[in-house]
Amino acid sequence: SRSQNAFGRSLLGLLGAGTLDEDSWTDVEDTLLMADLGAGAAAEITQKLRTEVARQGVTDSVSARALLRRVLIEAVETDAQGNIPDRTVKALPHDGRPSVLLVVGVNGTGKTTTTGKLARVLVADGRSVVLGAADTFRAAAADQLQTWGERAGATVVRAEAGADPASVAFDAVRRGITDGADAVLIDTAGRLHTKTGLMDELGKVKRVIEKQAVVDEILLVLDATTGQNGLVQARVFAEVVDVTGIVLTKLDGTAKGGIVVAVQRALGVPVKLVGLGEGPDDLAPFEPAAFVDALLGD
Amino acid sequence: MFDTLSDRLATVFSTLRGKGRLTPADIDATAREIRIALLEADVALPVVRTFIAAIKERATAADVSAALNPAQQVIKIVNEELVDILGGETRRLVFAKNPPTVIMLAGLQGAGKTTLAGKLALWLRGQGHAPLLVACDLQRPNAVTQLQVVGEQAGVAVFAPEPGNGVGDPVGVAKSGIEFAKSKLHDIVIVDTAGRLGVDAELMQQAADIRDAVDPNEILFVLDAMIGQDAVNTAQAFADGVGFTGVVLTKLDGDARGGAALSVRQITGVPIMFASTGEKLADFDTFHPDRMASRILGMGDMLTLIEQA
Ligand SMILES: Nc1nc2c(ncn2[C@@H]2O[C@H](COP(=O)(O)OP(=O)(O)OP(=O)(O)O)[C@@H](O)[C@H]2O)c(=O)[nH]1
Ligand SMILES: Nc1nc2c(ncn2[C@@H]2O[C@H](COP(=O)(O)OP(=O)(O)OP(=O)(O)O)[C@@H](O)[C@H]2O)c(=O)[nH]1
Ligand SMILES: [Mg+2]
Ligand SMILES: [Mg+2]
Repeated sequence: SRSQNAFGRSLLGLLGAGTLDEDSWTDVEDTLLMADLGAGAAAEITQKLRTEVARQGVTDSVSARALLRRVLIEAVETDAQGNIPDRTVKALPHDGRPSVLLVVGVNGTGKTTTTGKLARVLVADGRSVVLGAADTFRAAAADQLQTWGERAGATVVRAEAGADPASVAFDAVRRGITDGADAVLIDTAGRLHTKTGLMDELGKVKRVIEKQAVVDEILLVLDATTGQNGLVQARVFAEVVDVTGIVLTKLDGTAKGGIVVAVQRALGVPVKLVGLGEGPDDLAPFEPAAFVDALLGD
Repeated sequence: MFDTLSDRLATVFSTLRGKGRLTPADIDATAREIRIALLEADVALPVVRTFIAAIKERATAADVSAALNPAQQVIKIVNEELVDILGGETRRLVFAKNPPTVIMLAGLQGAGKTTLAGKLALWLRGQGHAPLLVACDLQRPNAVTQLQVVGEQAGVAVFAPEPGNGVGDPVGVAKSGIEFAKSKLHDIVIVDTAGRLGVDAELMQQAADIRDAVDPNEILFVLDAMIGQDAVNTAQAFADGVGFTGVVLTKLDGDARGGAALSVRQITGVPIMFASTGEKLADFDTFHPDRMASRILGMGDMLTLIEQA
């Protein structure tokens, strides 16, 4: 890709001349900008690399590139305090009850698809799963989840269009408990974080579920094509429902999803899963090294 | 969350103001702030570069004896450049000489195509047309059902001979959709297609095949206003793979600055025609370049600043 070339050139320029000039460092920063890391994170990481290159007296292009990779992986792998967060998805039953997962996010990011894929993973692992179609607004949203339920072999609890999403979520969890299911996954309607009425509704969905069960995971689905608005989305969703993990979807395209770097840093919420396609098996754990390699175009 | 350009420039301008003319150092300092603001608005980096170069050139050449102070000069230049790129001729839909007029929708997954199909249908129906929606997304689970519901909400007919969910040939549906429209005297056909990635060569070819089957008067590229730097890759891939005659920006009811509007316009030269501003079918408007310019960089505040200065 173009960005990779820019970066490759600049590092080679550095090593040929012995020192990296301002333009070359700008190219390094540009690579990060083009991956949607944002102006702040891109500048910070470039500065860090610069310091390390000077400190370690790096002299060959292979080591310099390896150094950048390491600096980036560290930025992606750890939280702001330097700790490695827990990226496991809490989807196993506990205390004789099913685990409960809530899937949230803005419109069209891949919530329903992710819910279906997650069900598939769990069912393939021998678990019984109940899906709650708490998107009662979007045209045919419940039908879409139903199709996923059939694909995955999961029970779907749904209501007629326009029904109260909180009560559908409540019913799904109750069904999970009475059926002795291992997990209940609740799909919610897409909503822009700026719509306070819809965000309040989401808070209510969570509170109503909590009347009878603990919510084990609240997964915020972010689309990898999203730019700087992703951070704003994450911030508001985290405020309203206490997000426990990010699912970064559509990484099978050309978008790098770099905004999650800022999201993890600012909110301390780890990316747990990635979406790599529209098929039932296109869901994978988030791996910082693979993410960075894709970002650098390796 | 982010500073607007006016916030950013306020600091720079507090030192600039009153000096009477722009020094090269002033121009550099201003250009740096504009660059960051553009990046935070998700304008694609190559477009930012071109834009900054143009601003610098004009600012350097700016008439120092003009009535405006340096701050006002920069604001005016930025505003003019933005509106210039975004605007140009705002174009109306092209209608076929011999109906039906065919409008094909294309874009990434989840961009808002199916919803837009309903919005366009409702809008055109309101103008006395008799649109037909054609369900060519046979891939996404229940995309066909979704289009049927949307059609019902818009009060228009939906041609959906295949169940979808992986069953049926979208190109065949597209072709018979046109025949159906002719026989039932629909004067407009709106073809909904599956979401696809720019890198998916097979699906891009399918889109080109659908295009060839329906010979559209308009191909609208539907783009989520929240998109980041990938807007360039994606727009280019759709321009090359299927081609488009107009752009529709969706989800403008959020708070994304929508710098992609600038990127796509600059990279492809294709005009942005419509704005999608909500989930309801009536949340739809023609595109206003001046509003978009204000939105991307907080120019609204800046223009007031000019008036105050
Ligand atoms: N290429 C690709 N497409 C995806 C991925 N995840 C979801 N999609 C597609 O993105 C589109 C939107 O997915 P949905 O699951 O309906 O998204 P949603 O968040 O439930 O949407 P709303 O409920 O309308 O807000 C569909 O066409 C999916 O097939 C992914 O990882 N890669
Ligand atoms: N807030 C808001 N939501 C929108 C807008 N346009 C579409 N949506 C929502 O975005 C989501 C995806 O819209 P669709 O119309 O299904 O998108 P699509 O491009 O057809 O998606 P695929 O067919 O899966 O590729 C749905 O939840 C819509 O309600 C808009 O302008 N504003
Ligand atoms: Mg959904
Ligand atoms: Mg669709």
